[in-house]
Amino acid sequence: MTATMPTGTTTPAASAARSRSWRPSRRLVPTLATFVLFVALFAGGSLRYDGFFSGQVLLNLFVDNAFLIVLAVGMTFVILTGGIDLSVGSVVALSGVLSAKLLAAGWAPVPVMLLVLVLGTALGLAMGAVIHYLDVQPFVVTLAGMFLARGLCYVVSVESIPIRDPLFTAFATGAVYLPGTELYVSPSVLVALAVVAIAAYVLACTRFGRGVYAVGGSSHSAMLMGLPVARIRVGVYAISGFCSALGGLLFAFYALSGYSLAAVGTELDAIAATVIGGTLLSGGVGLVAGSLLGVLVLGLIQTVISFEGTLSSWWTKIVIGVLLLAFVVLQRVIVRGGPR
Amino acid sequence: MPEPVVAMRGIEIGFPGVKALDGVDFRLLPGEVHALMGENGAGKSTLIKALTGVYGLDGGTVTVRGEPAVFSGPAAAQAAGIATVYQEVNLCPNLSVAENILLGREPRRPVWQGGRIDRRGVRRRAGELLARLRLDVDPDSALGEHPLAVQQLVAIARAVDLEADVLILDEPTSSLDATEVAELFRIVRGLRADGVAVLFVSHFIDQVYEIADRVTILRNGRLVGEHLVAELPRLDMVAKMVGHELAVLADLDREPAAEVAGDPTVTPVLAARGIGRGGAIEPADLDVRPGEVVGLAGLLGSGRTELVRLLFGADRPDAGSLQVRGRPVRLRGPHAAVAEGIAFCSEDRKGEGVVGDLTVRDNIVLALQARRGWARRIPRRTADELVARWISALDIRPADPDALLRNLSGGNQQKCLLARWLITEPRLLILDEPTRGIDVGAKAQIQQLVAELAGDGLGVVFVSAELEEVVRLSDRVAVLRDRRKVGELPRADASVGRVMELIASGGGHLA
Repeated sequence: MTATMPTGTTTPAASAARSRSWRPSRRLVPTLATFVLFVALFAGGSLRYDGFFSGQVLLNLFVDNAFLIVLAVGMTFVILTGGIDLSVGSVVALSGVLSAKLLAAGWAPVPVMLLVLVLGTALGLAMGAVIHYLDVQPFVVTLAGMFLARGLCYVVSVESIPIRDPLFTAFATGAVYLPGTELYVSPSVLVALAVVAIAAYVLACTRFGRGVYAVGGSSHSAMLMGLPVARIRVGVYAISGFCSALGGLLFAFYALSGYSLAAVGTELDAIAATVIGGTLLSGGVGLVAGSLLGVLVLGLIQTVISFEGTLSSWWTKIVIGVLLLAFVVLQRVIVRGGPR
Repeated sequence: MPEPVVAMRGIEIGFPGVKALDGVDFRLLPGEVHALMGENGAGKSTLIKALTGVYGLDGGTVTVRGEPAVFSGPAAAQAAGIATVYQEVNLCPNLSVAENILLGREPRRPVWQGGRIDRRGVRRRAGELLARLRLDVDPDSALGEHPLAVQQLVAIARAVDLEADVLILDEPTSSLDATEVAELFRIVRGLRADGVAVLFVSHFIDQVYEIADRVTILRNGRLVGEHLVAELPRLDMVAKMVGHELAVLADLDREPAAEVAGDPTVTPVLAARGIGRGGAIEPADLDVRPGEVVGLAGLLGSGRTELVRLLFGADRPDAGSLQVRGRPVRLRGPHAAVAEGIAFCSEDRKGEGVVGDLTVRDNIVLALQARRGWARRIPRRTADELVARWISALDIRPADPDALLRNLSGGNQQKCLLARWLITEPRLLILDEPTRGIDVGAKAQIQQLVAELAGDGLGVVFVSAELEEVVRLSDRVAVLRDRRKVGELPRADASVGRVMELIASGGGHLA
């Protein structure tokens, strides 16, 4: 150990002054890299394709991926504690199918939405409780949750059910114009951005949020420091469950139907977006804003490939795979390169 | 004398089959540093855990500031002003220094302002605490960027913020180097001046004499005594810790390998020159000649195991060199050591030695098979012959090669482990605490065996916490203290008293 001990008696004021000069923490490097990648992709697309450089192309990234943004936010909470939630895709499908079925049965839209959100949260809560109190691997528990939710979809309906409810349709077809422009987003985008903002606030500014980071850093230490580890670990899965159900509603607005086979594999998209956004899979490091960026990068790749026209859609998967690997390697390098 | 802030009387704690604490009295005065000393298993940690509410009491009383106190756990003890800093830093490396100090107790804005964490307030309060400890650390920097020592000091800052008037430091110095320890002690002295009672657990005698005002010594779960450090000579302290229990063992009829012991003309089977590893053991020399038993004596934490792990290549030395039979070697790992004819029986018999779910036969042939490589299976008949020979040679009971190893007693498991290495015909055998936790009879057998093996020309390094055993068995005794080799005694000079003197004085003159 080549520790140089602090021996001076510098006042804290001096230290505070030093910290005021902004320097990116090395832990932020992956998120910044994602941002740079996003800008580069967008610039590249703009140079190569006519009509790419437009505000609406940018906004359509949000429109098309609003539900994925919400899923990635929930996933960020879970991954920050060092866990994983594989159930989100199935919960999206279940929320959609259940909404469509209940609406078709004549339920009013608002109770349907509330019920779906409560159910999603309850499923997350239950999985979190099993994970924490029975000390079972999150991977296994949420895998079981994934099969359970997917199976329940088929119990509700095997067929795709169209949604004709006026409120849902209004959400689906509504457009919110940016003041003074022709540019618009869907109402779902506003919901998704609100979720991002609330999540960012909770993670940065509340004891619960800081506890999430502490548990991800070292669960054992957090416990010895007297933090409510049980509440935090169960809480993040409840949050992810809520976000999955909300994402399911947004997906239902987008598709205007409920289908049991919808959103297969979306949990992996959410995980990929979170990791590309700079969240460490082992927990403790990451930002919601990064996950948002991650989703936008995934969306941008799809946009570029659709503009290219000649490329098949599986190129999306290949590029995402390569990116994911690159980011995990980048994080590894940063963690290794760090002191201790 | 001021009123004790903590008084424990007649503390009794039993675990199944063991009495961990037996009527121990302990008191802690405000404004003192009180050392708790004792060998492994003396009951130090148990006493701390009894105080902080981790263990329930089977007998006795605890009073804090004159009031009877029963804590349900560490959180309750913290609330009563008893903070504990553990040997391992239990903080979150991914968060900032300020957050680690205040996590869970962050100052918050009033509810009408949203009730969010007042980040500026967090930074200011953390800055004040760091200033009070005169630690020049940026509160915004990530904890993980700092050396372990600073992290340990941040843990103390967290404890201080609890406004604790009792601070328990459980072996806080075990991972620190000398300058870092000095920094820690400066802070401890400051706290003492503020009237905090500090309970300091350490194996390092020098540090106890440097920092502590009073010492309580435990041995085998019993109170040996409470003394003012200034009035207790070092030799007495060591004697009180180690005790004078002479094991009832048969005398060994062993011819000392006097003709080779210390004879510079005989090429050592293993010669270490200035071998060391930062934070584990300071550079030391050690020679082992054929037919010689070299004992390593020292208290727990003195670096015995650390030294032999370097000799076996289990850890990489960062200084010094090794010679095997006069040829310089660089051991890249245990595998290389085995190839050089070095065998090592770990002190952690269960974790690093025997495989409980395999049979006696499988355990014994394990190392030989490993040396041959997995592709060249040992023929069953050869294995049976070898195993039968060693079972009878070492008197392993039951003498059944098909018995599962976990069903054997500790002593017999140890013999299987020995057989495993002896079958590979090593030139040098390193035994780390081979007699720990086994009964007296098996102990005597293993000692006898070591003597015989040396008689056959094997070089042996024998590590034991029991000084009598080391002295009786060894041709030479190397004495370690505080991670440093402080001397070497030839058989003629070696006695328990001399070894204890060396441990107490550290090679210099006695205090």
